[in-house]
Amino acid sequence: MFTLFNMIPRAFEYYAPASVSEALSLLQKYGDESKVLAGGQSLVPLMKLRLVSPAHIIDIGRIPGLSYIKEEDNKIRIGALTTHHEVETSPVVKSKCMVLSEAESHVGDQQVRNRGTIGGSACHADPAADVPSVLVALDAEFKMTGSSGDRVVDARNFFQDIFTTDLRQNEILAEITVPALPPRSGSTYLKFERGAGDFAIVAVAAAVTLDQAGVCQDVRLGLAGVESIPLRALKAEEALKGKKPDDNAILEAAARASEQSKPSSDIRGSAEYKKEMVKVFVKRALKTALSRVS
Amino acid sequence: MKQVSTTINGQKYVGNAEPRTLLVYFLRDELGLTGTHIGCVVGKCGACSIIVDGKVVKSCMMFANQAEGADILTVEGLAQGSKLHPIQEAFWENHGLQCGYCTPGMLMASYYLLKENPKPTEEEIRRGIAGNLCMCTGYVNIVKAIKAASEKMQAGGQSQK
Ligand SMILES: Cc1cc2nc3c(=O)[nH]c(=O)nc-3n(C[C@H](O)[C@H](O)[C@H](O)COP(=O)(O)OP(=O)(O)OC[C@H]3O[C@@H](n4cnc5c(N)ncnc54)[C@H](O)[C@@H]3O)c2cc1C
Ligand code: FES
Ligand code: FES
Repeated sequence: MFTLFNMIPRAFEYYAPASVSEALSLLQKYGDESKVLAGGQSLVPLMKLRLVSPAHIIDIGRIPGLSYIKEEDNKIRIGALTTHHEVETSPVVKSKCMVLSEAESHVGDQQVRNRGTIGGSACHADPAADVPSVLVALDAEFKMTGSSGDRVVDARNFFQDIFTTDLRQNEILAEITVPALPPRSGSTYLKFERGAGDFAIVAVAAAVTLDQAGVCQDVRLGLAGVESIPLRALKAEEALKGKKPDDNAILEAAARASEQSKPSSDIRGSAEYKKEMVKVFVKRALKTALSRVS
Repeated sequence: MKQVSTTINGQKYVGNAEPRTLLVYFLRDELGLTGTHIGCVVGKCGACSIIVDGKVVKSCMMFANQAEGADILTVEGLAQGSKLHPIQEAFWENHGLQCGYCTPGMLMASYYLLKENPKPTEEEIRRGIAGNLCMCTGYVNIVKAIKAASEKMQAGGQSQK
């Protein structure tokens, strides 16, 4: 099928601003004709297929200061340009937010993880992508920088539709903040895929926090591949909150997650099949997360 | 056209690239470094894998302009004169290639893998080359070759360039 396409993007002007403010003024100047380039692992293919043909490409990839991972006040702040590989292998993320590290480990392959960024994954907002479902489950915060200053929105408001976020044309996503999971938490990311490097058929991000008595204090479930946006399975979470996570409660949560899912039929499977797989994978993910509570 | 200057295999290279020129075409057509192969051009096959600033990447997934000032290692930079790199030797000795189309990319993915993880398990090797497709070998001998390369490099106390 590849030969049907012309793999050369339309001609464009290229800019490599040295600072955020320089990037913002270029975005201001060229408006809808311009597009930000980060790791390029989603945008470059779209440009080759000429599904996107910006006249001006603003490469923010080498702006210093946008790539970092910092732990502060029970939160983990991650610069938008931090690569998938850097997030995956960060000791802080591994110990305090395993679900995010695991999701990152499933993104594409080592070449893709070395260039693709967490911010790019968020802005691209592919509902089948790995990282967004975790960001939705954890209700991450997104800091966006524009010429009139910064604003912060939570995941619920950030992801708006398929490939559509709250980010405005003249803004740059600067930072993503996720919670450091409290003690007595366990989490996991389970991806059901056809083969290495493919997008998920369905995937589940799960995090649970128990109290001293073993009752679920907090439960977070995010699903990939089941809706036009990464889905937070709130009703499924409710089935477990305040309860002991026994088999019945887990099965009820899995059934509710499946009910809430509205996948479409595509090359990765029929809608019916995917709904069934949501049930299976939510159950497995919850069991794994619970087994990791420490 | 924009001028792009890079260091490739320890040597300075300067060339011209249109903004839309992919790094792999810049290497091959502008600089004449044809060791790096082009397969799918859509980021799926890994034949174009090279090391940019210490990280393995697919050179069909970057514009040449994004490599301005970068330090690049391509397959041409592995051997020292007529002395093959231990990874190349191991591929040769273990029949880690047949037609050789995927080999430059496989070598660079292996190079990065062994730099990050000098003693990988079979599972880690398979994960490391998951972005590189081979139509010929069935991967068994490639995995064997990478294992052998790891042992060679341990034994030789060979620190990679
Ligand atoms: C072979 C292959 C396999 C893949 N497999 C997977 C997979 O299994 N799972 C998965 O989840 N993903 C997968 N991906 C996609 C990968 O995760 C991308 O890295 C990611 O989606 C985009 O990140 P990027 O930094 O490359 O962004 P880019 O491609 O540079 O940009 C993507 C979009 O976001 C915008 N953007 C990026 N950063 C910012 C910012 N800071 N501020 C404002 N706008 C911004 C751009 O304008 C563009 O619209 C795969 C990609 C490839 C090539
Ligand atoms: S040619 Fe670059 S991945 Fe196939
Ligand atoms: S040896 Fe022929 S493609 Fe790998």
